[in-house]
Amino acid sequence: MNLPIPLIVLITILCLAGIGLYCLLITRNLIKVVIALQLIVKGAVLAFILAGNMTGQLNLAQSMALTVIVADTIVAVVGLALAVQIRLKTGSLDIKSLSSLKR
Amino acid sequence: MVYVLIGAGILVCALLAVLARRLLLSAAWLALTSALVALMTYLLGAPHIAVIELSVGAGLVTVLFVFAINIAGEDITPLKSLVPKPLAVGSIVLAGGLALFLILRAAGVLHLTPLTNPESAILWEERYLDLLLQIVLIFSGVLGVIGLLANGKHTPDVEEQS
Repeated sequence: MNLPIPLIVLITILCLAGIGLYCLLITRNLIKVVIALQLIVKGAVLAFILAGNMTGQLNLAQSMALTVIVADTIVAVVGLALAVQIRLKTGSLDIKSLSSLKR
Repeated sequence: MVYVLIGAGILVCALLAVLARRLLLSAAWLALTSALVALMTYLLGAPHIAVIELSVGAGLVTVLFVFAINIAGEDITPLKSLVPKPLAVGSIVLAGGLALFLILRAAGVLHLTPLTNPESAILWEERYLDLLLQIVLIFSGVLGVIGLLANGKHTPDVEEQS
C-alpha cells in the first residue's frame, strides 16, 4: 500500500492531537496536562507546515508556525510555574486540589 | 516509507509520554517526539521551523520540565481519571474520524506542490505584527513566571489588620 505523503502526515497530525486530547481528558496531574498541551501544539505546527506545503505558501506557514511555537512555549513556562506553586501550596499536583483554593 | 517510519515514531513516543508513570520519563519521551516532529518538518520543506522546534521544543521546554519536576517532585500515585477512559477514547476516535473525512472531502486529491515561492522576508515585512505579538508574549511570560515564582513580601491579611 503506497499512501501519499500528505495523507501520512495528516494521519500523524490527527493521531498526535488525539493522543494529546486523550491525555488531557484522563489525567489529573498538572504537569501531564502541560505535556498534553505540548503534544496538541506539535500537531498544530505540523498541520501549518503541511498546509503551507500543499498550497505553496510555505513562508507564510513558517511564520505562523513560529508564532504558535512561541505562544506554546510561554504557555508551558507559565503552566509549569503554576504547577510548581500549586504543589508547594497544596502538596499535590492533582487538579482536584485546586478546588481547595477557593476556601 | 521514511514518512511512515517517522510518523509511527512520533505516535509511539507521544503514547509513551502519555502512559509513562514517572514524569521525568514523560518529559524525555516528549523531547523525542519533538525531535521527530522537527525531522518531519524538515522533510516537508521548512528547515527554519525544524531548527526552532528542535532547539525550543526538544531543548528549552525539556529543560523547563526537568526543572519543574525537580522542584515539584515526582507525583507517581495513579489518579482516577475524571472522564471514563472508554468515553474519552470513543469521543476522540469519533472526532478524529470526522475531521479526517471532512479534510479529505474538502481537499480532494492530495498532492504536494513544488516549492516555487522563494520569498524569505515574509516574517520581517508582511507579518511584523506577529513579531510584535511574540515579543509581548515573551515579556508577559517572563513577568508571569517572575510573579509566580518570586517569594513576595509577606502582606498581612485583611482580617489581621482589622
